[in-house]
Amino acid sequence: MLPSDLKPEQFASYPPEARKLVINYLGTLRQLPLSFVPGLLRELIDYDFKFPAERKAHERELGHVGSLPTDQLKDWFGAFSAIRLSDQLQSFDWVKAPAQFVEQLSAHLWSTQQLDSFRKASNDYADRLRAAVPPELPPVPRLGISVIGQGVASYDQPLFRKLRAHGAYFTAVKPDNGLRLLLEGIADRANAHPAPYAHWYIDGGEPESHSPALTSVSYKALEPARSALLRRIQTELDRPGMGPEALRTLLAQTRPADLGMSSASIDHPKDEVLERFEVRLLTEGSGTQIFSTVFAQWAAREALRRAQPLTLLVRFAPRQRQKPMNELLTQISAAPEVDLIGSLIDGDMAAYYNWVNQQRLPGADQSSFLVWFEGHSQALAIGPSMPRGTASHSAADLGQLLAWTT
Amino acid sequence: MIAQNRRGKATFRASASDVEGASRFLARTRRDFLRTAAGMTLGSTLLRSPWARAATTSRKRKVVVVTFGGGARDQETFAPEGQENIPHLMRELIPQSSFFTQVVNRGILGHYVATASLATGVYETINNFASLPPQSPTVFEYYRKDLKRPSSDAWVVAPSNGFNRIGESSHRSYGYGLGARVILPKHLLTAATSGHGADYQHLLRDNYETPYYAPELSGSEFELQQLEMILKLSVDDFKAHAQTLSSPDELSLYIVRQLMRQVAPSLLWITLHDIDIAHAGAYSLYIEGIRRTDRLCSDLWKTIQSEPEYAGKTTLFILPDFGRDSDDDAGGNGFQHHRTGDALSRTTWMLVAGPGIREGAVFDRPMESTDLVPTLGSMLGFSASLARGKPVSELL
Repeated sequence: MLPSDLKPEQFASYPPEARKLVINYLGTLRQLPLSFVPGLLRELIDYDFKFPAERKAHERELGHVGSLPTDQLKDWFGAFSAIRLSDQLQSFDWVKAPAQFVEQLSAHLWSTQQLDSFRKASNDYADRLRAAVPPELPPVPRLGISVIGQGVASYDQPLFRKLRAHGAYFTAVKPDNGLRLLLEGIADRANAHPAPYAHWYIDGGEPESHSPALTSVSYKALEPARSALLRRIQTELDRPGMGPEALRTLLAQTRPADLGMSSASIDHPKDEVLERFEVRLLTEGSGTQIFSTVFAQWAAREALRRAQPLTLLVRFAPRQRQKPMNELLTQISAAPEVDLIGSLIDGDMAAYYNWVNQQRLPGADQSSFLVWFEGHSQALAIGPSMPRGTASHSAADLGQLLAWTT
Repeated sequence: MIAQNRRGKATFRASASDVEGASRFLARTRRDFLRTAAGMTLGSTLLRSPWARAATTSRKRKVVVVTFGGGARDQETFAPEGQENIPHLMRELIPQSSFFTQVVNRGILGHYVATASLATGVYETINNFASLPPQSPTVFEYYRKDLKRPSSDAWVVAPSNGFNRIGESSHRSYGYGLGARVILPKHLLTAATSGHGADYQHLLRDNYETPYYAPELSGSEFELQQLEMILKLSVDDFKAHAQTLSSPDELSLYIVRQLMRQVAPSLLWITLHDIDIAHAGAYSLYIEGIRRTDRLCSDLWKTIQSEPEYAGKTTLFILPDFGRDSDDDAGGNGFQHHRTGDALSRTTWMLVAGPGIREGAVFDRPMESTDLVPTLGSMLGFSASLARGKPVSELL
């Protein structure tokens, strides 16, 4: 089937808001090439469970594409139309299962050596869209904080090497009460600039007590879901004929209820947007099910990419020591042996990625970033007011550092 | 991943021509790093070595190819900040080698299919995660058929179950009975411990690309009983030595040494994969993998120089099958994967050492992964007639 054959009734299985949005733009979608539309539907099918920033981005994208006259549409999507697709792809039910179609399209592009062409078409489209519909600047400059090295007594190797050229390196930070000061600082921001999913606290271990104004995700809180997911994978793998593709499809279809997550109470009303986000962290992220440092990095990446928060504090906790993959995947231990130094090195690189991902968002030139070696005197701050590539040996606590950074 | 690319907000945008430009930039950067750190010269300005010509005529010439299933990026290896992770390559191997800075893989960036492409000289399109033979003839089949060599003369030591078909293609003019013998050391160890290898679990890590799934074995893999018959290694000795090792690649190298001593094949292909732990996302484990691989490459070179059957007549090729994603591509997640198809993930390097190979030379002209097999053909005297690449003239 081609996009030109699309009919409203084919979207009956879509969640209500997604269905409404797609049908509203059906006339536009009918004019777009098959190599493009399923990728868009893959995003739109989850519209009901997306963060506000994503929803707004989809609406703006559809609004602009829908406003283009036919000749401009041809121009914008010509490179996608030139992608050769197989009969098998054309006959796939991509309206019902756009994610699976995209998986198969990806394999097709690699094997037919069209990946570079598709990549260029995609990047050109994204650039054009950004120029035509510039992303909105945040109401307040973004702040990212990474806290690394929890539990490490001492470490004599240099830290923050990838970030030092971009900011000021502090060597005499007073560590007392440091995490509390940071959590209070971000709570103040959340109260001053309230917005749904705009202020986040991600913990790779057990979260500290924090303001309810923060959106919180933690490795510890998801332990029952991680166990349930690994059991589900193991059960499925024992079925005859199960392979990587079938497993990926199964993971993509996993919902919070499948992992025992959807238990609402009066104190904790159900937040399906966040629950679906958490499920995707576990089903789409590689290593997020077994290593807490990887979970925290991936959660931060996805929160930045999808929710575009104004504030994000990520605290890395010790991950379990490496064991054979099959053992890591099948045995969840209540008290696994941890790798403190390995976790610090993981966190140091992940902090760099947190900064890189924050800088991809609108308003990057005004954004600030702080990374602290938890319990120790080393930190690094990046921001418009921070001199680049410098070092400071002045004593300061984390509250002061936060104030200087922002 | 495609959707992520399409919807990503990358600051680095690469078109097809940009990819070529980025590959050239990577090559120049590698050359500059090497010239600074190891005192290498720019090979393209030098004359061809008469030793190379003499060596190609030797009937006793042997070749050992080492591929990494899971490349490492420059910033963790050849760049100034990465050189601490590869002391053996930098100080021992590279000064004795010809080094090619720009080896581009234009095929599918999955480890099994990319290794199959390296071994056939054709960009293979087989399913990366299925137990399938390459579609085009492998280097082992060309070698054995053209030179009438016995099966004992071409061997593959490979990391995971998925590689058990790598030695022999499904091509109708080659294929059955003409390929290499394949050893999967982890499979052997599993068999040796009768599936109760609690003490050996650290050596039995399988495919990091699909950590949940290992394909069923099929084909003619090396059986346990042949351990004693061919490698002259009792199951008890094998198990006892395995307990002293710390990773799957160390186990592979142990088997390689035994194979070199007992069988001395003239064409030996080893695929390492410890670096590919990067897929789990833990940076410290990826760095550990690079450091271990660096040490194992040095150990292998020392073994080649000390084994009478190999010393003075063996050419060693070391090359990753491809690279890993750049930090700059919003579609990827940095070192963790190789999914974006960006220049960094497609561009890698090759190191060649041995008699007749110019020492301390750097070549930064572009070559492709598919050039390996025709080069081996020119060196060993067989025709890789269906391979798509071209022989690397600087080695001939």
